[in-house]
Amino acid sequence: MNDSATALRIKPASSAMVSDAENMAAIHIRDLDFYYGKGHALKAVNMDVPAKCVTAIIGPSGCGKSTLLRTINRIYELYPDQYATGEIMIDGRNVLDRKYPLADLRRLVGMVFQKPTPFPSSIWSNVGFALSYYERLSKSEINDRIEDALRQAALWDEVKDKLNQSALGLSGGQQQRLCIARTIATRPEILLLDEATSALDPISTAKVEELIHELRERFTIVIVTHNMQQAARVSQRTAFFHLGELIEVGNTSEIFTNPREQRTRDYITGRYG
Amino acid sequence: MNASPAQNLAGPQSRVRKSGAGADRVFELLTASSALFVLLILGGTAVSMAWGGRLAFKTFGWRFITDPTWDAVGSHFGALVPIYGTLVTSAIALIIAVPVSIGIALFLTDIAPRWSRTPISVAIELLAAIPSIIYGMWGLFVFAPFMATHVEPWLSDHLGNKAIIGPLFNGPPIGIGMLTAGVVLGIMVIPFIAAVAREVFSAVPAPLRESAVALGSTRWEILSRVTLPYTRSAVIGAIFLGLGRALGETMAVTFVLGNAHDLSASLLMPSNSIAAAIANEFTEADTEIYRSSLIALGFLLFVVTFIVLTIAKLLLLRINKQMGRTH
Amino acid sequence: MAIPARRRIADISAFAFATAATVFGLVWLTWILWMTIRQGAGALSPQLFKEMTPPPGSSGGLLNAFYGSAVMILLAVIIGTPIGVAAGTYLAEHGRYTKLAAIVSFVNDILLSAPSIVIGLFIYTLVVRTMGHFSGWAGALSLAMILLPIIVRTTEESLRLIPDTMREAGFALGLPRWRVTRQILYKAGLSSILTGILLGVARIAGETAPLLFTALNNQFWSSSLNGPLANVPVVIFQYAMSPYDEWHTLAWAGAFVLTAFVLALNILVRVLARKGKQR
Repeated sequence: MNDSATALRIKPASSAMVSDAENMAAIHIRDLDFYYGKGHALKAVNMDVPAKCVTAIIGPSGCGKSTLLRTINRIYELYPDQYATGEIMIDGRNVLDRKYPLADLRRLVGMVFQKPTPFPSSIWSNVGFALSYYERLSKSEINDRIEDALRQAALWDEVKDKLNQSALGLSGGQQQRLCIARTIATRPEILLLDEATSALDPISTAKVEELIHELRERFTIVIVTHNMQQAARVSQRTAFFHLGELIEVGNTSEIFTNPREQRTRDYITGRYG
Repeated sequence: MNASPAQNLAGPQSRVRKSGAGADRVFELLTASSALFVLLILGGTAVSMAWGGRLAFKTFGWRFITDPTWDAVGSHFGALVPIYGTLVTSAIALIIAVPVSIGIALFLTDIAPRWSRTPISVAIELLAAIPSIIYGMWGLFVFAPFMATHVEPWLSDHLGNKAIIGPLFNGPPIGIGMLTAGVVLGIMVIPFIAAVAREVFSAVPAPLRESAVALGSTRWEILSRVTLPYTRSAVIGAIFLGLGRALGETMAVTFVLGNAHDLSASLLMPSNSIAAAIANEFTEADTEIYRSSLIALGFLLFVVTFIVLTIAKLLLLRINKQMGRTH
Repeated sequence: MAIPARRRIADISAFAFATAATVFGLVWLTWILWMTIRQGAGALSPQLFKEMTPPPGSSGGLLNAFYGSAVMILLAVIIGTPIGVAAGTYLAEHGRYTKLAAIVSFVNDILLSAPSIVIGLFIYTLVVRTMGHFSGWAGALSLAMILLPIIVRTTEESLRLIPDTMREAGFALGLPRWRVTRQILYKAGLSSILTGILLGVARIAGETAPLLFTALNNQFWSSSLNGPLANVPVVIFQYAMSPYDEWHTLAWAGAFVLTAFVLALNILVRVLARKGKQR
């Protein structure tokens, strides 16, 4: 029904259907379970994330959406009492396999966090931070890649004259775009954005959303957001999680106008959040 | 423009990845062994002093601790006087330092106007920054004469002939002695206890204090019925910390304690402490048994301070957990 | 409704006591500093920095003592800082969830407050006995052992202050741990680690007891670390305990310089800390 959508005054980004036949799924998640110590944070998640489009993960606090993102690039391995079982297939290989090298995974999958985290060095150095780690590049190639990344992140014009200044002098919105530039400089296939605009003001948020829209032509993007309007604006696919379970996944327009599950409908209409 | 990463994954990538993992292991090894080194210092100190003192322990046995004789010429050494002096001066120090520190902590968290809190606490911390040898010099040249002229005569006149506590204050007012050393030690220890007390007093959760205020409690009642019970472990931990420092303090005490080898009941008389005895006599110790006795003293001091400081740390860790800190 | 007199008296007494306690503490501080300034400033002269420690009865300076102290402190920093920073890094990073780190952190905190004379005895047994004589090396080593726990603790705290998101951001880029630590964390925590070193220097500059049986003292000029080396704290100790007035004067002068140095370092640390916070 259109009631839920009109009630929230959401305009779904496009009514274009994303057909699986056209876009091969970039990420296949199979029977994923995740545990924090004794807590069971993700339960038997099965999901496909299509390539070259934006998938939004929504749900109430504590439903496991950030956790899902953090399993994809295995950043949880920093903490000894967290572990995952199941499979996450990217490019035909299971990245959760202990034998899959972390460095390869992190090259493939980039992540931007909720709080902008510029490193304590210059803007130039920030964006190029991991570049020479993965490829042998000449100085001019590095410069090109940095400029390219900053352009893609819509930050180039604002910083091109102060590349040597400390990144800590940028505003919050600029810092976040810097982090995006830093992440895409190494040319990953997949971008994970974990509530990337939650700490930003509305204007910076709008700029980042615009960015996501442009970036989706080159990257597979998964965003986690608690802002449903943002999910509707920006994504083509949406997945709704509740208490660690994937309740429903589908094209964004359908999820917001005609969800199949009652729980999804309840969340979208604001019955709980 | 956007080459598939798969193409770049071979060759150079694996080189970089391998050196990354290898370097990681080396780095971890370096840092872990440095951490182990800290343990080695502790272990090495304990072992070397037990070893150095073994001659004394073998020769004198348990009586080493209870024997008051300290005779360098006759090579007969007993640790009672230094142990006694250490304990008495530390006790005096705590009697002075504990109430003062709690008072300072109360003042800084509750009474002082906000603008003055930082300068005053900085000033109190400066007491800790002053090297102990400065305390010693000041004690010797300024404070001891002061005590001898103004305080000790009064004490021995007015308290020296009272029952029970009389013997404590009966003695010639020379200034050098257990009382003076205890006072100097007490001043030295104040900043350590006060710093911890202040930190935990101000960490009492606002809702707790506010409920007490809402009930109409006075400042004293909040301190005694809310703050102190809540921070009890930490305050006791801080006291143990002060005790640990007082027991091991060398220079401040060496100047004003007197290096006497006789046991006396009067606080006005000179005495000896373990640390002062070692500091004063080690370079003159010319026989093995002499040196070994001094090292044995050091071993005793080490063991006692280690136990006291461990208790302090355990108590302070408990309040950290209580307040939800991660370490 | 007025508070009953009994409770009011208790409250005022507490107020009075706390104020008195603070004044008490401040009085001692002022007295000690004032006497040090008065006695020491009077003994200051350019001679202090130009001449050696004199035999009793003649005048002189403290040049060899300043030199010896400076050399040993520098050496102690060179020896103690790398080990301390590495150990602190282990406690905050690699070893964060390990038992070893918990034990080391515990022991380290105890060493921080442990009597320094005991460290002196340890180095005496280890180095002086082995070498057969007192030496500046032994002195520097004992100072390094006292400096070490301070550096470990301040490094660990500096690193722990850095939020985990910074680490995650580095790892998410694929950096190995040692690069994350070196290129991101050390840079972010640099000023804190440096202030830790300064605080450590302030502490070991005034340490006397361990030097008593390691470097001892040397009346003459000596630039060799292989023998007893003059240093400020032991000179103050020996001269103050002596019966000679000229030596007492020199001791006060040394005490003044030492106190000024230590207090200046402490103030510097505070200024740096405040500047760091402003950024």
